[in-house]
Amino acid sequence: MEVLKTYKLYIGGQFPRTESGRSYAVLSQSGQHIANACQGSKKDIRNAVQVARKAQASWAAKTAFNRSQIIYRIAEMLEARKGQFLEELQALGFDLKSATQEVETSIDRCVYYAGWADKYQALLGTVNPVASSHFNFSVPEAMGVVGVVACQQTALLGFISQVLPALIGGNSVVVIANQKLPLCAITFAEVLATSDVPGGVVNILTGSVEEMLPTLSGHMDVNALSLAQLDIAIVEKAQTEAVENLKRVMSYSIDFSQSRAQGLSYISDFQEIKTTWHPIEQIAGGAGGY
Amino acid sequence: MLGHLSTPELSSLLALSPSIDQIGTQERIARIQARSIKGAAKIQGLRMALSMIDLTTLEGKDTPAKVRQLCFKAQHLHDQAADLPTVAAVCVYPTMVGVAKKALGNSGIKVASVSTAFPSGQAPFEVKKLDTLYALDNGADEIDMVVSRGRFLSGDYQFVYDEIAAIKELCSTARLKVIFETGELDSLDQVRKISDLSIAAGADFIKTSTGKIQPAATFPVVLTMLGAIKDHFDKTGQMIGMKPAGGISSSKLALQHLLMVKEVLGEAWLSNEWYRFGASSLANDLLMQYQKQLTGKYQSAAYFSID
Repeated sequence: MEVLKTYKLYIGGQFPRTESGRSYAVLSQSGQHIANACQGSKKDIRNAVQVARKAQASWAAKTAFNRSQIIYRIAEMLEARKGQFLEELQALGFDLKSATQEVETSIDRCVYYAGWADKYQALLGTVNPVASSHFNFSVPEAMGVVGVVACQQTALLGFISQVLPALIGGNSVVVIANQKLPLCAITFAEVLATSDVPGGVVNILTGSVEEMLPTLSGHMDVNALSLAQLDIAIVEKAQTEAVENLKRVMSYSIDFSQSRAQGLSYISDFQEIKTTWHPIEQIAGGAGGY
Repeated sequence: MLGHLSTPELSSLLALSPSIDQIGTQERIARIQARSIKGAAKIQGLRMALSMIDLTTLEGKDTPAKVRQLCFKAQHLHDQAADLPTVAAVCVYPTMVGVAKKALGNSGIKVASVSTAFPSGQAPFEVKKLDTLYALDNGADEIDMVVSRGRFLSGDYQFVYDEIAAIKELCSTARLKVIFETGELDSLDQVRKISDLSIAAGADFIKTSTGKIQPAATFPVVLTMLGAIKDHFDKTGQMIGMKPAGGISSSKLALQHLLMVKEVLGEAWLSNEWYRFGASSLANDLLMQYQKQLTGKYQSAAYFSID
């Protein structure tokens, strides 16, 4: 008898079952029962946000170089597990060619964002001209905890394309994976668990978007939302619920396989700009110190 | 001294201290923890827990300003929420009692002072006496004394008994809480024995820990102490208060503790006259859970005052 794997959640660096004890069947495109996944609940979201908040400050405080190394390490581990991802994608009904393309683009995207870690601050930061004796500059800072509803059309690429820009910018994330195609997301969690990403920085839940998204969008301790390819009605509802604590809501409709689905703007989507006025001392009538 | 026991009397009293069935204790706790409190009962429980808090700051770095701030927090837990209770007391070092007393004014919130060379208790009795008198002179309503654990563990029960009885005598109308520091006592049998000893010596409240040592207020320890209080009440009809302190930082734990008190001791103990939580971070978690119950939305610590 074949034993079907039950994919668990990924919260705080651990793989717990959902607190609700529920699961659902993952079907291939032909309707075959290929695995089971946890049907996450509101309380799983609560637990994930709690650990994400705890983990965020120390993640953002790591040096840019170190964050770069860690994201690059994810690419290496993805490469090593390529076979497993290909198998899963094929089981879900993708042909070998499109599966290979999805996994390879995902690996490339990791390397791409790893390279941004020590560069985006220089490009997003500015020195501003002001009409007083001040050195005035603006720098990007991580927003905090970002809630992600992963792309519901791709199994891996959309997920990676949404999570990495938030991550490289020093945010921690709570992801609701693709509801129908959750396997790669949880296998990716196994990659994260072995690639030096501190526990709690990335948390991955599977289950119903409809059930879990309102908890995420109404949560006072979530600073931003990253949504992709969702019905406009769902996005509008999330925006309404996000108002209470002025969450930033980004909704993407781009096809993530395109090369323009990566870039600096995806990083700046989850950055807050901080501006500082620094007085310039006038010494003995000379020119300013800056 | 009132009802002072001689060494043979004390020995025969302590000989009656039952030994504690650890497995049975754990099973009983597991049953209590398996229960879930929801809706209106949860709201009531959260409000009750808030009103039972001894809001505490016991740091070497405490300043009068920090204590004044804590006293403000004690009176204004979260002004955005209407009709919240205040905490029961503010718990500080003796040097800060005067500041706290003035800051709390006639708010009805008590000032509790730790005493007797808190947290170690390693000082000559004369010093402990002065420590206590200083706190009382400055207006402390309650005294949280530490017991001499070293003496207790080496079997010098009479010494520990006499010390508690002497401090109790100094307290007159102030209520005396006796801190065991259960994390240093090793077994539940010892916890039960020191509970019986302290109650006999005149403790108004028995308290688990200083908050400086882990483990602190664990469920088995608290259940054991509640058992001592219950047996004393059954025998004499006299109520003794209970104060778990240290390690209770979430609403879930606080509500489970309340369940345990209700189950072991009954409704009479469910007020801040007989039950307290020694805590600093618990208050905000209770407030966040309370707001969650009212609004349906999970809360962020960013919107609640630190102290």
